[in-house]
Amino acid sequence: MTPELALISALNGISYGLLLFMLASGLTLIFSMMGVLNFAHASFYMLGAYLGYQISKWVGFWPALVLAPIATGLFGAVVERFGLRRVHKWGHVPELLFTFGLSFIIVELVQVIWGRPPVPNELPPGLQGSLFTIYTTTFPISRGFIMLVAVLMMAALWLVLTRTRIGLVIQAALTHPEQVEALGHNVRRVFMLVFGGGSALAGLAGVIGGVVFVTEPSMAAVAGAIIFVVIVVGGMGSLAGAFIASLLIGIIQTFGLALDYSIQSIVGNVGIHVTPDTFGYAVWKLTIAQVAPVLPFLLLVLILIVRPRGLMGTREG
Amino acid sequence: MTDASLSYRPINLGRWVIWGGTALLFLLLPVFFTQGFARTLLAQMGIMIIFALSYNMLLGQSGMLSFGHAVYSGLGAYFAIHTLNLIGAGQLVFPVSLVPLVGGVFGMSFGVLFGYPTTQKSGTPFAMITLGIGELVFACSLMFPGFFGGEGGISGNRTVGGNFLGIKGLNFGRDIHVYYLIAFWCFLSMVAMFAWTHTPLGRIANAVRDNPERVEFIGYNTQRVRWLVLILSSFFAGLAGGLSAINFEIVTAENVSAIRSGGVLLAAFIGGMLFFFGPIVGAVVFSFFAIALSDFTKAWQLYLGAFFVLLVMYAPGGLSSLLLMNLRVMSLGKMKRLRDPYLGVALSGLTLLIGVVLLIELTYHLTLEAGGASTIKVFGFPLATHSVETWAFVVALVLGGAVAFEYARRRFKRAWDAIQVEIEDWARENPERS
Repeated sequence: MTPELALISALNGISYGLLLFMLASGLTLIFSMMGVLNFAHASFYMLGAYLGYQISKWVGFWPALVLAPIATGLFGAVVERFGLRRVHKWGHVPELLFTFGLSFIIVELVQVIWGRPPVPNELPPGLQGSLFTIYTTTFPISRGFIMLVAVLMMAALWLVLTRTRIGLVIQAALTHPEQVEALGHNVRRVFMLVFGGGSALAGLAGVIGGVVFVTEPSMAAVAGAIIFVVIVVGGMGSLAGAFIASLLIGIIQTFGLALDYSIQSIVGNVGIHVTPDTFGYAVWKLTIAQVAPVLPFLLLVLILIVRPRGLMGTREG
Repeated sequence: MTDASLSYRPINLGRWVIWGGTALLFLLLPVFFTQGFARTLLAQMGIMIIFALSYNMLLGQSGMLSFGHAVYSGLGAYFAIHTLNLIGAGQLVFPVSLVPLVGGVFGMSFGVLFGYPTTQKSGTPFAMITLGIGELVFACSLMFPGFFGGEGGISGNRTVGGNFLGIKGLNFGRDIHVYYLIAFWCFLSMVAMFAWTHTPLGRIANAVRDNPERVEFIGYNTQRVRWLVLILSSFFAGLAGGLSAINFEIVTAENVSAIRSGGVLLAAFIGGMLFFFGPIVGAVVFSFFAIALSDFTKAWQLYLGAFFVLLVMYAPGGLSSLLLMNLRVMSLGKMKRLRDPYLGVALSGLTLLIGVVLLIELTYHLTLEAGGASTIKVFGFPLATHSVETWAFVVALVLGGAVAFEYARRRFKRAWDAIQVEIEDWARENPERS
């Protein structure tokens, strides 16, 4: 592997990891506050992408970057107020099932409105082209833009959570909801706010992910599985853990795709020759690039065996 | 009768009648449903019943919400189809009627393997780990085309085993043979899974679901209990997979996908996980949605999802609990007070439903076939998709239906709640009869 490839893979990995974190942070906040694993979180991501596409068509990309997350967040707040809150009394499993059913409905509604094939969601002129060149490979502006937005979002999230009044109430409601309620704060409204806010973050990730990658109905399913891995690996309910795990998985997946080695070629270097007759040849000949989609899930199983509470998790579930 | 637990009943007559009736029903159903389509539906319902019941061993009986149950049925199906192909190639002598067992045994082996890391946790983390395992297996299915057959899947031929017990012509070539094979295994699995709920393991699984901490204190390893239940459940899932391999004669990566896992969750929950027969009802309803409704509309998953969400919100016990609650109201002679509210809810609900369905179908038609025909047939009536009148009519139907339904719903809720309070009072006064 050349230093050029390593450097570009690392950059791509970090930008992908930061996009994952934009998704995972909202999910983690919602989970640690309400104990609800929002199965529809990735659907909000997809919804954000489609809304971004639609609003861009009307008023351009830059207003859409603001409006689409707000719309997604409002939708999330409505879902919490009129759906999730009603189910809350039945317990956590029905809440999870509610969001599971919701993810079905959102995907189908998106297909009803925008159709099944991908929509032509293109980068705005300002984000096309390359940011800089490493050796001979160019690094696109869009990737840099993902990193910029993610870092800004992280900073904003951190400031809101630690430096504002509402942030302090949220933090207190994470661990002691009854006491916060006794002090006169409307915890239910805080829940709604957090759910809407988390959805808005997912929507923001969707607007950007939609133009950089592909806007299609299956993007929810693809992102959904990965962000669940992220928050389990990071430790359920830990923002710092989610951050580390997002970067880890982003880098693993990007490097995995770039490496064209197989176990066969590696053991071949030390003098063991694997031929098609060898037992389990199908496994030996797999290249790392072929295995790349599985790597996050392998990491998940590995983490669960070695460290069941996740990287930064505190609670033993 | 003061203590029901001391009564001695060597033969539970009611149970014999129910199981005997079920067996008779299975035997006679193809006599009433003679068209090919109905029989296909019946065969798939049978498979789904096994699958949904095996899923309910996890969710309903032991409180484990799994998002990756299709892994076990799907892998069972793959091993079953490979067994069929080995029989066909003459490398193996094995009766086709027992091939579902092969699926079951392999499903179970994977239950042992994957069950160990997944059952380390319970609750939400368990759900996410099963999701991860499901994705892992699905991704692997595209990595090993030799075993999984890549995009096209693996096909087989169910008639390779020759005649069943030497009976001429009975080689599983016809639909009716497969139906009876499925019915046989389905009945056997139903009895076995029902019996399981009465074993010590089944009972302790219920305890693990309700209060794991206390179970730990009386000396059980909850993790071991969950693992054992998962292994047993994956056996029946694999059995269902084996039957589907025989029924369809093809197994594709879709069999291990998250779509399939989600489907069985929907089926079990729609039927209701609180009662043993719930998932059976759910499997029948789900198969109807998936097979019959999907012929009529491309948006069937939307209807299924909406139906599911409504159930989660208003009747988390599923259809079976709705049924039992109404039976109870009926048996206490209070149904006539609910007649008018029910009528109101039904009429307004129907109006709303028709309006929403029209709206969805019209929008879908415009999106999918933008350049196609400008009329569609819904419920047999032609509708012009581009006329203002149509849209105004549909929107009016939706709005009017929604207002009327909300009014009727509130009225119904008042009557229903009042009756439920009366029933609770009655149950408190007559504890031995409730």
